[in-house]
This record gives sequence, structure tokens and C-alpha cells, in this order.
Amino acid sequence: MTAKSDLPQGTLDLLILKVVALGPVHGYAIAQRLQQVSRDVVQVPQGSLYPALHRLENRGLLDADWKETETGREAKYYRLTRKGRAQLETEAASWRRLAEAVGLILRLSDGGAE
Amino acid sequence: MNWWQRLRRRKQMDEQLDKELGFHLEQHMADLIARGCDPGEARRQARLALGGEEQVKEECRDARGTLWLDDLWQDVRYALRTLWHQRGFAAVALATLAIGIGATTVMFTVVNGVVLKPLPYFEPHRLVAVHGHTETWNVALFGEQNLAHFDFLDCQRGTRSAELTGWVYSSGTLSEPGEPEHVDEMESSSNLFSVLGVPLFKGRAFLPEEDRPGGEPVAILGYSLWQRRFAGSPSALGQALVLDGKRYVIVGVAAAGFRLYGYEGDVYTPMGQDTAGFMQSRGPHPVTTIARLGANALLGQARAELAMLGNRLSKQYPDTNKDRGIDAQPLRPEVGSVRSTLWLLLGAVGLVLLIACANVASLLLARAVSRERELAMRVALGAGRGRLVRQCLTESVVLGLSGGALGVLLAVVGIRPFVSLWQGSLPRADEIHLDWRVLLFALGASLFSGLLFGLAPALRAPSRELEQTLRAGGRSIAGSSRRLHTSFVVSEIALAAVLLVAAGMLGNTLVRLSSTDPGFNIRNVLVTRMGLSPGALGNPARIRAAWQDVLDRARRVPGVQSIAMVDTVPMREGNNQLGYWTTAAIPPENRQPIALATCVTPDYLEAMGIRLLKGRFFSDQDRMGKELVVVIDDVMAQNAFGGKEAVGKRLWIPEMDSGPVRVVGVVRHVRHWGLASDDQAQVRAQFYYPFAQVPDQLLRRWSELMSIAVRTRVAPLSIVEALRKELRGEGNDQVLYEVRSMDQLASASIARQRFLLLLFGIFAGVALLLASTGIYGVLAYLTGRRVPEIGMRMALGASVRNVMWLVLRQSAGMTCLGVAIGTAGALAAGRILERLVEGVRPVQPSTLAVVIPVLVAAAFFASFVPARRASRIDPITALRQE
Repeated sequence: MTAKSDLPQGTLDLLILKVVALGPVHGYAIAQRLQQVSRDVVQVPQGSLYPALHRLENRGLLDADWKETETGREAKYYRLTRKGRAQLETEAASWRRLAEAVGLILRLSDGGAE
Repeated sequence: MNWWQRLRRRKQMDEQLDKELGFHLEQHMADLIARGCDPGEARRQARLALGGEEQVKEECRDARGTLWLDDLWQDVRYALRTLWHQRGFAAVALATLAIGIGATTVMFTVVNGVVLKPLPYFEPHRLVAVHGHTETWNVALFGEQNLAHFDFLDCQRGTRSAELTGWVYSSGTLSEPGEPEHVDEMESSSNLFSVLGVPLFKGRAFLPEEDRPGGEPVAILGYSLWQRRFAGSPSALGQALVLDGKRYVIVGVAAAGFRLYGYEGDVYTPMGQDTAGFMQSRGPHPVTTIARLGANALLGQARAELAMLGNRLSKQYPDTNKDRGIDAQPLRPEVGSVRSTLWLLLGAVGLVLLIACANVASLLLARAVSRERELAMRVALGAGRGRLVRQCLTESVVLGLSGGALGVLLAVVGIRPFVSLWQGSLPRADEIHLDWRVLLFALGASLFSGLLFGLAPALRAPSRELEQTLRAGGRSIAGSSRRLHTSFVVSEIALAAVLLVAAGMLGNTLVRLSSTDPGFNIRNVLVTRMGLSPGALGNPARIRAAWQDVLDRARRVPGVQSIAMVDTVPMREGNNQLGYWTTAAIPPENRQPIALATCVTPDYLEAMGIRLLKGRFFSDQDRMGKELVVVIDDVMAQNAFGGKEAVGKRLWIPEMDSGPVRVVGVVRHVRHWGLASDDQAQVRAQFYYPFAQVPDQLLRRWSELMSIAVRTRVAPLSIVEALRKELRGEGNDQVLYEVRSMDQLASASIARQRFLLLLFGIFAGVALLLASTGIYGVLAYLTGRRVPEIGMRMALGASVRNVMWLVLRQSAGMTCLGVAIGTAGALAAGRILERLVEGVRPVQPSTLAVVIPVLVAAAFFASFVPARRASRIDPITALRQE
């Protein structure tokens, strides 16, 4: 089993937005997808997934409807609002910048330290 | 979706949340089963992965943002539930608050109706009072000047930015229909009702052509007179009435409660029809004037216009209008000294409310301390401190609002009896109602009280040392709670002391005033105003003869010892203030000393029982054609002649423009302004002049003002009917009105002090009661917490006396501190009382000597019961509690 990482603060929202951006999806599927895509590195704390969804809905970044699944069950499907899309873009951009910067710093210290 | 919709759809959303999470769990289980788990294990794993289901739900609700409202609702329900569980506590707290808030609301209702509410006219903020002014006029003494009739007419015509209206106060005998009666007459402009914007109740206003000399004689009835004399019948319109011998046709009825500066007229007649001398000149100034600003006009424009008009008039008529300006200012209700009385009472009642709050606060605090463990437990389980503070405050605000609601109920019931306590001395009394302002005030007072008494307990919500609190388990007695409790008791005692001392000062004042010598003998004197038959007012000789007849007839009434005529009776409304000088070089009006002039007949001295100090009083020899004479009182003798011989000296009195007058005697000073106010009155000097020397041209006017004073051998009010019958006159149209005994007038002159004493007495009593229960509650509580300690002491040999002393010492400390602070406060409050209420002297040591023992005794009794209980503690049981 690979080591699991805790999500850095604030990234859960970004990840949810990204997953939802791919098309309407319900909560369980979001959890599954996050886990699969991250190859189980990112362990989504399911307990905080739903509060995060409700918070995003409340902020108008997500919208939700009740729809039937393929198996005929009713589920709450989330989709991105226009505001949500804009938010996703800004946050994704700033995350990339940050990741790049952190990467640069790490590479630099590879040679210098010890 | 706004928060309100969200709140309403809360249930629905909760269901959806259930469904959403249920779906999640099922999917997860299905996946796990598909991977080969058995269903039981799958369920367990799915639940584990999701975490606590309830916690997730709660977090989701948090995320929705309606939390504070949910919390509030939850807190309110919790608070109501807690109160219901502690009914004893709730009842005491609610009763205390209801008394405090109810009394405050009643006082505020009166203040609101009398002082704060705008006048009951249409758009009263656009109304202005118009008055004349001259440099030499003493406004502080006489108030603003009215306008001369002709000046008024000129201003009415010449002002564009405002519409002027005016009236003249008058009075007369209404002889038809029915029994003759003295009535208050308002001679008014035809536009009076339209300018004030108050429609008539029935009929029509005067027409402009009726408001002129020779116009059709028409009259409008005041609503009260219409009810009284015409039984409110619509057929009164078109009927005739006879006022002072003149016949008028009734054309209208004024609206109920319609008043001009607080006076309700009985009969309104057109001012322009009055051709009396004082209306046909610019000399006298009888017209009270009000104006309504035009639609877009500002007060400044109206003032500028009036100033210009005044200027023009003073150039045009220098004899009468020299240096006379005309000005305007916003119209305000005239409520006189009642204003300060009301604020005083509101302040006093506010102190009672504060005591009530302190009481409830200490009750709440006791509860908070015993709940400390519960609160600590909740903090340990994750409740935020802010959340707990909010919950405590919600509880106290719920308590405050419930108490406030009860208080408003009390006020609804209590306001009428309270207003009737004033016995007609309250202006605008019929405008006193509970309205939105009062409700807003009550709401504010309740919220304020709730926050005030909730704050201390709320801030005790535990934040640190949780572990200790939990371990101590309610047995600990935190030092800070004791200090807070002590400070509540101290402030209650201090506040009660302020009220008690104030009541004591008023009581002291009243006792002193009641035994004050009024300067004459008030026993067995009857005074009454009198209207001569209109038929007798024809010429001066007939007037004099008619009065002589009145005196002769009155002497024949059994029980009458002596009788005299007088214009201004001591301690009754009305006075005549004239400037005087001791040489012929008379200074301008505003630099002349002023004295009260009283017109009397020779028997006045005997009728009133005034002592003659020097010289002589008047005799029948002091008539027209003889030297003009006056008698002065000792105050004027001192003021005018500096204690030197006054008899034989001369005085110049410009208003009596028939030359100097001779002082023939000095009498004792009479307390004209009443028992309370005379010492502080601006004008105290008095002189008397004989009715027989009033010039012929003034005789008719003077006759309208004369009263008679009768010294009786029997109870004065018992002869009224006989006197009334005897003085009816041949035409059966001479009436007595405002019949009073001198005792009544003297007592009425200190009515305000008596009323204040009554209320302050009640407030002080309530304060004492509240403070006592406060002390009792706190000591009972503190002692209760010390049971183990006391048990230990007793086990170690403390006697009953030691234990009682232990408790009483605590109470004595609080009482002493409270009394000390309270006395300091009372000295400050006494200053206010001294300034606002006539006759009140600075705080006397004797007052303190009476009042403070009462307070200390009450505090002692209140603490005695807990002390006694402490002394009966059984050491074994007490120690076992530990």
C-alpha cells in the first residue's frame, strides 16, 4: 500500500471544483474519482466532502439537482456554475504557480544541502 | 434563496441531506460487496469511511450559513425550557422585572404624551408662535409679548410666507340657555381652525365677513361645553346663546380635546367683532398669535418678513410701536414645571429599574455559578466560548423581554389611575396613550435590562481551568462570583439609599411647608370669583353701586363675619405685576423694581387676617377725588425704603398714570406664590390699592377680574349655596365661579411637592423591598455555598453566635459600603431635587439620620434569616456533603 498524504489546507475545494467541472456528478462519485485519479495518494476524507459541497453550493460555486442514476436511484448531482468555473480557473492557476515555485526551491536544495 | 426561505425549508433540506448521505453509504456498500465483502462488514466500513454521520450533518448545516438563526431559535427554546423548569426563579425574576419595566413604562408614557409628542395639530412642525418684543420687556418674568389687535391685523395682511391666526382669552357669563354660568371665551380669527388644521366636529368655522366689526354675531361651542350644556345634541347648531348680555347664533362645535396652549375654550366668538377699547388701539397687546409656514417657506423667511413689518409699524406709529419688533419661533407645548417633575420621576423610576436589574442579575449569577460544571462540560465537548456567552445572553434577553411584556401589561392597566392621581394638574392629560413610541421604549428598556443583568453571568462562561471546574463539581466558590454578588448588593443598597434620601427630603420639605406661616389666617376664608350681571356693567356709577350691593347682601348671609373684594387672591393663579419707583425720575421699564399690585376694599385686612404693622389700612374715605393711597408689605418697605419709615412716603407707579401715590400703612408679607414657591419668587414685594380709587374708564375691565373674600364663623364651604342664592341679583344672572376655601388653595400650592413625595415614597418603598430581597437572595445563596465550611467551623467549636456573626458581618460590610456610596449619590441627587422642586432645602443631617437606619434595619432583617439558617447547620450532615 502506498503512503497516503493529507490534503493541504484549501485544496479540497479546488479538487472538487475540478472533478465537478468534468460534468454533473454526485457526491459518492466525486469521492471515488478523486481517489482513483490520484491513484489513492489523495485519501479524500469523506466526512469533510459533504460539508465542502454544501459550502460551495452555498457560495454559489456549485449548483445541484436531483436526478436518477443509471441504476434508477435518485441522487444529488452537482454541477459547476459560471462563478464556480471562474473560481476554478483562478485557483488552479495560483496552485500551479505555487507548485512550480515549490518545485524550483526543492530542486535547488537538492544539490546544495548537506 | 434568502436566509428566511432557507430557514423555512430547513426541514426539507434536512431530509435531502439524509437522502444524500444515505445514497452515499449505499453506493459505497454496493461497491464493497461487489469487491467481495459480506454485507455486515461492508456497512461497517462504509460508515467508518464517512465518519460520524450526525457530525457530518451538523457540519453541512453549518456550511449553509443560517447557523446563527438556528442557534438563536435553539437558544430561545432552551431558555424557555430552563425557565419553565425553574418556575420559582422565573416567577421572582419576572415579577421584579415587570415592576421595574412597568413603572418605567408608565412614567415614559406620561413623559411621551406631555413633553415629547408633537402638538395635536396638523403638521405641527410647520407652526410657529409669533410674538412682539421690546428691549425693556422682561421676558423671563412675563413671557413673550402678544400682539396688539391692529398690529396683528397688519401682520396677517402683510405676511406672505406664513398665514397668521390669533385669539384673545376672555371670559363671560353665559346666561342663556339654562342656568347662568361663567365660561371661558376665546375670541378668535376666522381662520383659527384652518390654520391649525383641526376640522370642526360639527358645523362651520367663522366666515371672514363675520370676523369684522358689525359682523353677524355667531359662536362656536367647545366640545366639553356642548356635551355639558347641550347634552351633545346636534340641534344646538342654529340655537342662540347669550354671553355677557349679547346674543350669538351657534354655527359650529370644536373637535373634542381641541386646546390652545392647554386651554379648552367654552365658547369661540369672532375676534374682529370685539369693539372694546383695548382691541381698538395699538397700546394693549391681547392677541396670542400662531402662524403656519407656507408650503415652501422656512422659518427664517417668516421671521424676516415679520421683522420688516414690525419695523414699518414702529416708524408709522411711534407713539405705541417705538422700538417694538415682531418675531417668531417654533411652536412648543407649554407645560411649565411639569416638564421637570416628569423627568425627575422618570429618573427616579429608572433607579428602581436598575435595582430590579441588579436583583435579577444576582439571581442569574447564582444560577450561572451552579451551572458552571454544566458549562465546563459543554466547553470540553467542543462548544465555543462565544457560543456559550451568546446562549447566556439569549436566556437573559428572553427573561428581559418576557418581563417587559408583563411590564407593558402593567402599564396598560396602570396608566389611567396614574394620570388621575395628578388631579387635573397635568397638561395634555388626554394625549397620554400607549403608542408605538412607548412600545419602542419598553422594548428598549427590556433589551437593555436583559443585556445588563445577563452580562455578568454570561461573561463567567468558563474558558480556562476547565479541568479544575469539572473536578470541583459545583462545590467550589469562585472568588470573582462573590465579588460580583457583593457589588450587586452594594449597588442595590446605594440606589435604594438615593431614593430613600430623596423621599426623606421631600417629606421633610412637606412637613416644613405645611407648618409655614402664610402671612395671613387661612382658616375659615372663602374666596370666589364673581361675575356681575351684564346689565350692571353699563356705567361706572352703576358698577360701583352693584358691587356695594353685592357686599351688603353677602354680609346678610348667616355665618359671614366680614367680606371684601380683591382682584388677585394669594395662592391662586393670577397676579398683577407693576413697576414702581420712589422718585419722579423713573428709569426705563426693565430697570424698575417690580411689585405685586392688589386691588381691595377696606375690609380685606380683616377678612384675610393680615396683620397691620404700621400706619393704617384703607377706609371708606379713600375715594375718587381724594389723595391716591397705597398700603405696602414689609418686603416692599424694605426694598423701597431700606427699612426707614415708609408711612407718608410717595411712590411713582407708571402703569397707574395718575401721578404719585401716598404710602399710608405697612402690613405683613403674604405668601402670594404659595407655601412652597414664595421664597424663590422673583417678585415678592406687595402693595394694595383701594378699589374705590380705580379710575372710571378701567372700572368695567376691573369688574371682570374681581373676586370676593369672605371670613366665616362656620366651615367656609358650608355657606356657598346661601351665598350663591343671595348674590344672584335681580336678573338672576350673577354667578360665582372658582369657589375655594383658602385651606384648599394653600394645600393646592404644595400639591406638586405632595405628589412627588407620594411617588418618591412609593419608589423608595419598592426599592427598599427589592434591595432587601436582593440581599436576602445573595446571602442565602452565599451561605448555602459555605455549608461545608460552616459545618467544619462548628465541628471545630464555633458557637451559634460565631456563625451568625460570620454571615451578618458579610452583610454589614456590604450594607456599609452601599450606604456610603448611596449617601454620596444622594447628596448629588439632592442638588437636582433642590433645583427642580420649590421649597426643597439641601439634604439635612436629620433626614439622613431617619432614612439610613431604615435602610440598615431592612438590610439587617434581610440577612438575619440566612444567618439564622447558617447557625442551625448540623455539622455532621454538612461535613458529609463534602
